[in-house]
Amino acid sequence: MDSFLSYGIDQHERLLTALWQHVTLVAITLALSIVIAALITALVYRNPKVREYVQGSLSAFYAVPSLALFALSIPLLGIGETTAIVVLVAYNQFMLVRNFIAGLAEIDNGLVEAARSLGLNRLQTFIHVQLPLAAPVFIAGIRLAVISTISIATIASLIDAGGLGDLLFLGLRTNNLDMLLWATLLAAAFALVSGAALTGIERLFARNRQEQNL
Amino acid sequence: MIEAIIYYFQHNSADFLLALWQHVYISAFAVLVALIVGFPLGVLSARNKHVRTFITGTFSALRVIPSLALLFLIVVLTGMIGVPAAVFALTVLALPVILINTTVAFSQLPAEPVEAASSLGFTSWQIFWQVKLPLAKPLIFAGIKTATAEVIASATLAAFIGGGGLGTLIFTGLSIMRTDLLLIGGISAAALSLIVLAFLNLTERFLIPWRHLPN
Repeated sequence: MDSFLSYGIDQHERLLTALWQHVTLVAITLALSIVIAALITALVYRNPKVREYVQGSLSAFYAVPSLALFALSIPLLGIGETTAIVVLVAYNQFMLVRNFIAGLAEIDNGLVEAARSLGLNRLQTFIHVQLPLAAPVFIAGIRLAVISTISIATIASLIDAGGLGDLLFLGLRTNNLDMLLWATLLAAAFALVSGAALTGIERLFARNRQEQNL
Repeated sequence: MIEAIIYYFQHNSADFLLALWQHVYISAFAVLVALIVGFPLGVLSARNKHVRTFITGTFSALRVIPSLALLFLIVVLTGMIGVPAAVFALTVLALPVILINTTVAFSQLPAEPVEAASSLGFTSWQIFWQVKLPLAKPLIFAGIKTATAEVIASATLAAFIGGGGLGTLIFTGLSIMRTDLLLIGGISAAALSLIVLAFLNLTERFLIPWRHLPN
């Protein structure tokens, strides 16, 4: 325990650098993932056949081991942070698109039709009716995506993307338990804090829904 | 590149088959152990609300630990390496989802069929095997499916701790930058995952046929 604490104090700069790289990697991945998943959802949502096909392909893609995806992307994209982000974004699409579609499908169609007949266009209907109602399911998908990205991003250290994975690999090679424990602790804390932040956002939506009596 | 891949298979097919076999072996072993441990624990924890909350809470919280970190911590903490370390780590990875799904499946059973069976004179053993288990089966199997997919994927990481498997090819390909090894390892690991997933989907159809009936 003593060595664990003093390691943290001695090496805080190195730990914080790795954590910061990890946070950046996850943040960029998540922002891109959500935008792309929203576009895919918008494109396929109204066509059940295409929707089923796209969901099937995404779920097959998700079954592919992340290490295999990293390996296969090297001949195409080389190594580095960009490759890592491309793979992580592609990986997230399954969970996000699935939950985005499920969230929209759960909404009572009458509400959407009522909004449209009141003169709201598609975008307005989405922002004022569908988004607040589907928020819990959307956020559940985003939560899964964040936790999985934080975990898989550690493997991206192998293709020179930096982050907490660097400490894990170095800790294993040098048999350094303190380094491994700190890297694990920081990754787990990052996942817990992101989860709590998403719960906070979900509460905001819930409060708005209550105020609007939806 | 194609020639390099053909050359690899002409000269190293024994290595490849060994890696493939190790991959399947450590994955199957881990899922089996997780099932043997997780299923009874799940059945027991479904009986008591406090135990249930504790177990599902603890094991969901464990999921925030990256699988790579878990694998490496087990090596450094226990001093195990190779196949035993890989099987142990993969079992720890597979356990939460099997345990949680079994617990939830048995705690959400409808009361009517169980009461009906007991009023017909079924013993509690018969109720378990003939009423509760069939009702709980879909969710339990969903847990086994998720766990297997996760284990097959994470088994590629076993190469880093000397546990063998298809990850070995990727690992070697990365360290000496051999694109042919990266492609062979990546494609075969991907193909194995998809084949296992397809097999599990077929098994699900066979075990839970009513799920796939047209409405």
